[in-house]
Formats: sequence, structure tokens, C-alpha cells
Amino acid sequence: MADFNMHILVCGGTGCKASQSELIKTNFENQIKAHGLNEKVQVVLTWCFGFCEKGPIVKILPDNTFYTQVSPDDVAEIVKEHLIKGRKVNRLLYKDPETNKPIGDSKGMDFYKKQLRIALRNCGFINPENIEEYIARDGYTALGTCLTEKTPNEVIQIIKDSGLRGRGGGGFPTGLKWELTRQSVSDQKYVVCNADEGDPGAFMDRSILEGDPHSVVEAMVICGYCVGADKGLVYIRAEYPLAVERLKIAINQAQEYGLLGNNILGTGFHFDIEIRYGAGAFVCGEETALIHSMEGKRGEPTVKPPFPAVKGYNGKPTNVNNVETFANIPVIINKGSKWFSSIGTANSKGTKVFALAGKINNVGLIEVPMGITLREIIYDIGGGIKDGRKFRAVQTGGPSGGCLTESFLDTPIDYDNLLAAGSMMGSGGMIVLDDTNCMVSIAKFYLEFMLDESCGKCTPCRIGNKRLHEILAKITDGKGTLEDLDKLRMLSTVIKDTALCGLGQTSPNPVLSTLDHFYDEYLAHVTTGTCPAGQCKTLMRYSIDAEKCTGCTLCFRTCPVGAISGEKRKVHQINQTLCIKCGMCQTKCKFDAVLIG
Amino acid sequence: MNKIKSLADLKKLQSEVQSKIKLRENGNNSEQLVQIKVSMSTCGIASGAKETLNYFIEELERQGINAIVTQTGCMGYCYAEPTIELTIPGKPPIVYGYVTKTKAKEIIEKHIKLNEMLDGIIPIAYSSIDN
Repeated sequence: MADFNMHILVCGGTGCKASQSELIKTNFENQIKAHGLNEKVQVVLTWCFGFCEKGPIVKILPDNTFYTQVSPDDVAEIVKEHLIKGRKVNRLLYKDPETNKPIGDSKGMDFYKKQLRIALRNCGFINPENIEEYIARDGYTALGTCLTEKTPNEVIQIIKDSGLRGRGGGGFPTGLKWELTRQSVSDQKYVVCNADEGDPGAFMDRSILEGDPHSVVEAMVICGYCVGADKGLVYIRAEYPLAVERLKIAINQAQEYGLLGNNILGTGFHFDIEIRYGAGAFVCGEETALIHSMEGKRGEPTVKPPFPAVKGYNGKPTNVNNVETFANIPVIINKGSKWFSSIGTANSKGTKVFALAGKINNVGLIEVPMGITLREIIYDIGGGIKDGRKFRAVQTGGPSGGCLTESFLDTPIDYDNLLAAGSMMGSGGMIVLDDTNCMVSIAKFYLEFMLDESCGKCTPCRIGNKRLHEILAKITDGKGTLEDLDKLRMLSTVIKDTALCGLGQTSPNPVLSTLDHFYDEYLAHVTTGTCPAGQCKTLMRYSIDAEKCTGCTLCFRTCPVGAISGEKRKVHQINQTLCIKCGMCQTKCKFDAVLIG
Repeated sequence: MNKIKSLADLKKLQSEVQSKIKLRENGNNSEQLVQIKVSMSTCGIASGAKETLNYFIEELERQGINAIVTQTGCMGYCYAEPTIELTIPGKPPIVYGYVTKTKAKEIIEKHIKLNEMLDGIIPIAYSSIDN
């Protein structure tokens, strides 16, 4: 029986495969056999390491050696030197970009520092339904420290010094928010956790609540202690059933263990948490609307001031923080504000969780230090664009955000830079777009979302967005004019200036952002009637390549509207006035004879 | 469960559970157990993580292999759900993606029983606050 004591991991991600990583694996296997090591060393193919620019990657276990840009010809040397003589092949080792020194043990590589899990520290690590596993990972230690060793003002000072800003999108300094709520005088105060994650494609908060609900519970108690509240409420959308269930289990366990309820840890401090369900309205992620919804009223925002810190739930001072913000708190207390503020950029400290989606190879949940560049996220973590296509843009900030183009790839990501780039941090959805995504259609998609979510209270949002959407639809149908482009901009600006709440004021952002960065694409739609990305179906023209068509009649028989004519073994034609651009003929044709243009 | 009544109580419980886990992970006795964590957030479950979890529990029991199979939250590898993390005593944890029943069977037969790794490992590419 084989008794492997060494494993060679060869990256089998798309990028590395394209650089012959499968041949590398075969070469390894042959060499290992030739040296009689096949009972000792095993070669396996892995999924993408995410570090495609340095691929193909070969990692050797158990010594954690990380070889980059390995070619099939390098294999013999690795086997001879590393496997047999135990000497690492220096020239192939990953080199520290600053010192240019080769790094032997991959644990010291900066590549692993591109992702740092603070808010996600326990996600995928502990059993979320077992409080003891959380306690074993220093859980509730921060609460214990705060209640027994620190005054509320001291804790607030730690949070202020850490530089933590709200992770729900706005980026308001968390410590300051706590201080404001603390300063409000009242017989009753509340702590609210905003778990109403509404951006399309964002699932950070759900993942935290499903993977580590106790971190949020613990942070809410700490917050209650600081602001002087004895009641916490979690506002969560009912369409997150598993997150709700795990949160309920966590609350029950914390009560059972005496970490919630009366006289917590014998300090005389009381705090309890209840859950409130939302029906999934996007606007209820805005704190005033959220509070109204919790009170049983319509989920409509109201003008601030008064801020919830002064007059919130039931008219009492209320501190509202987002799930991810809370998840950071216990770590900041345990590790100190200095540690936290050493991560990130000048005005944005710590890390941010992003949900990577769209045309990217490694779709997933990542947590990166503030100040990382989009290029690092897409190419070093995300494994690059799907199918080797060309990067087009990244949509951040959800329907209120905007698009970041190629020119922003090397801009450090933080609250301020994203705003300056015409987008925003938002809650952390990051949708990657490639050259097959039509930017006009993207703007239309987000506007459709806003039309659904508009409460209808003010005219600019209710009617203005409807008109914006009509113009966009006209453009993607090929009926737009140059004047429409001016109208789009003018109307967007008016809505931005006059809508009542944040939802309305930011709803034209995707339109403005795509107009700014992809004006040429709008122009192509209205002047030449073409969609450069080939996404707008009505603008496409299907035709048959006379040289490739064999007259098999398959398309003729497939066409649902009888737009194709032709005789057996003769070239077929498509009648453009009848064609509904369904694309069936192209899918069915076995000879690639149907052209789109 | 007795209520935790003070910070000292909490610290005591903490060191108890920590040593329990440490024993499980680093113990040098023959009772060391193979540990499997199945990523069970909404997305994992939607991709079949529940079937994977049940299969591991039933199959390991049927074969008389002593192992701890637990659920955990999202590991972040949404493109490769269901995902699992397998820890063989004394070895670093290995994450596998696309773990269907067929793959789970292979993992038991090859990796757990023969220490033979399988294609389809997901490289862990992040640092945590512990180090």
C-alpha cells in the first residue's frame, strides 16, 4: 500500500491549465515513477489558487513550498533537487515583491495577506449552532473585558481610536455614533442590528449570521453597555430563514449561558435581544425606514435630523449598526484599537467583506484589507475573468452605486476613493462585468430594481425613474436618439437633486456612471443602431453565411416564426422583417453558418 | 448548563473547551479522530450540502470509521459548493470543492483510508487573525 508522505499540488485553474498545468502534472507523475517514488509522493490537481498572474503554481506539502511560473520543463529539476535531495529550487520560489528575496515557506507570503479574515474569522471554521465553539475562539471575552474592566466611555474611545466605520455602506464612524447615542438622555434606549441586506448580489451579512451569529450577539451587548441600552433588536429579512434560525439558536444559547438577560456575568448589567422581521423592501435598509418598519408603520424614510441616535425606535435614542460592523467589534476589543487601525488606509481602517459575483472565475465571499486594489481582487484573489475574456467594469455599491472601469484597477479601494470614482463602498456587492455585458442594459437592470423598490411617495423617484427607464428601453431597442442621451443626463440630475430620500437620490447613479464611463456605447446604440457587447437582442441582425450553409434545412425547421426560407442543399436566407432574434437558428446550426452582427 | 456568573467562570469554561478541542486536534493517542466540516450556509445547502453531510455521517458509521462530522458556515468558495474541510490528525486541513455523494465516497475511500489526496482541492488563500 502506498504511504504518501509528500503531496504535490498543481493548480488546475483555468489560467494555469492554459499554461500547461496538466502536462506539468503528467511530467511529475512520470518523473516520480522513474525515480521509484510513486509510493511516497502523490500529485494532485487543485482548483484555482487565485494567483493567476504568477501561474502555473505548484505547491508542495507538507513543507508549504510555493513555486510560481513553473513550466513542464522545470519538473525534472524540482523532482531531482527538492524531492530527492531536499533542496528547494530557488529560482522558481515566489519572491517577495519588496525585497525580491525568495520565500521558502508559503506561510510568509504576502499573497496570503491579501485576504485577512476579521469579520469572517469564524465563518466556515466553527459550528455556528454551538456556543462553546465560539467561546473556545475567544468568544464573549471582549464582552467580559468590557463589563468588568472598562467604563462605557473607555470602550467607546477604543472603537473611536480604531477608526471603524459603518460597513453598511455610508461609512459613518461607529465610535462617534455610539457616543452620540450615549449622550442622548432617555429612560429607554435601543440597539438595533441592521440585517436587511438588500443589494442585488450581496450576501455578506447573511453569511456572517449563518456562520458566526454569536459575534453579532456579543457585539450588540457591548454596544448596549456603551450607549446605555438594555434592549437589542435585530431587523432581518424573512427571506433569510437559515440566518434567522441560527440567530435564534444563538440568542437562546446566550440566554441559557447567562450571556444575555439579567445580571450578565454578575455585573448587574441587563441586556436582551429580540428579532424583528422585514418583508424584504430595499428601502428598509435605510435606518429611518427600518425603524418605521419595526414600529409597524410603512417602511418610509424620514428626513434626518433628528437622527436615530436622538429619536429612533418608539421615539427613543437608538443606535443602528450593520451586521458586519458588529462582527468587527469583539476583535477590536480583544486585539486593541492600534492593531485594527494599523490595517487599511488613512481614513478607512480594517477590512471589508465583498461578495464577488459576475464574470469572475472564483465567485465567492472574500475579506480584504482596505486599500487593496481592484486588480488584486480580480486577478490575485478572484482568479481573473471567466473564459479569459476582457475586463470591462466592476459594479459596486449596488443599485445606488456605480461602475469602476479599467482605469480604476490600480486605485486603492476605500470609502473616499470609491466616492471620488463616482461609485461607493455600499454594503459590499462586487459584480464583475466583461466585454459581453452591455452597459446600457446594466443601467436598465438597476433602474428596474429601483422602479420595483420605489415607495412612490415623491414624484421625482416615482415618475422620474419610470421615464428614465423608458428612455433606456428605447435605446436598447434601437430607437433612441442623440437627444435622449442629453435627456437621460438632465433627468438623472434632477432626480438626484430633488428626490426625498437616499433611495431616490441615488437611483440614477448607475445611469450617470455608465454615461460617464461608457458614452461611446450609448452612442453606438443611438447612432449606428448596434450593441457593441452583442447583448441587446433587438439590435442584432442574424444572417446566413453562404459559404458555410449546407442547406440541411435544420434552421428552416427550427425557426418558430417561419423567417427562414431555402431549399434542400441550397443556401438559406433569413427574412429580417419576420425575424424575432430568438437565436434558435444559431444554436441549432451544426456548421456555424449563422452570423450575428 | 449552569449560567456563567462571572468573567472567571467564562475564562474557566473557555480553557475547558479549548483544551477539549486541542485534544481532538493534536492529541497523540490512537483515539485521534478524522474531522470533517461541511459548509452549511444557505448557498451550500442549496447545492446539496445536507446530502453530503448525511452521507459522510452514515457511510463513516457504516464502515466503523471514527470521525467527527460537523456543520459550519460559509467558507467563501461559492463557486465550488458543496465544500468540506477535512482534517486528518497531525496534518493540515484540506478543503475540497464540489463534494457530491460520489466525491464524498472517493474522499472516504482514498483520502481518509489511504491518505491519498484527490484532485479538486481548494487552496486556502487567506490569513486569519490567529497568526
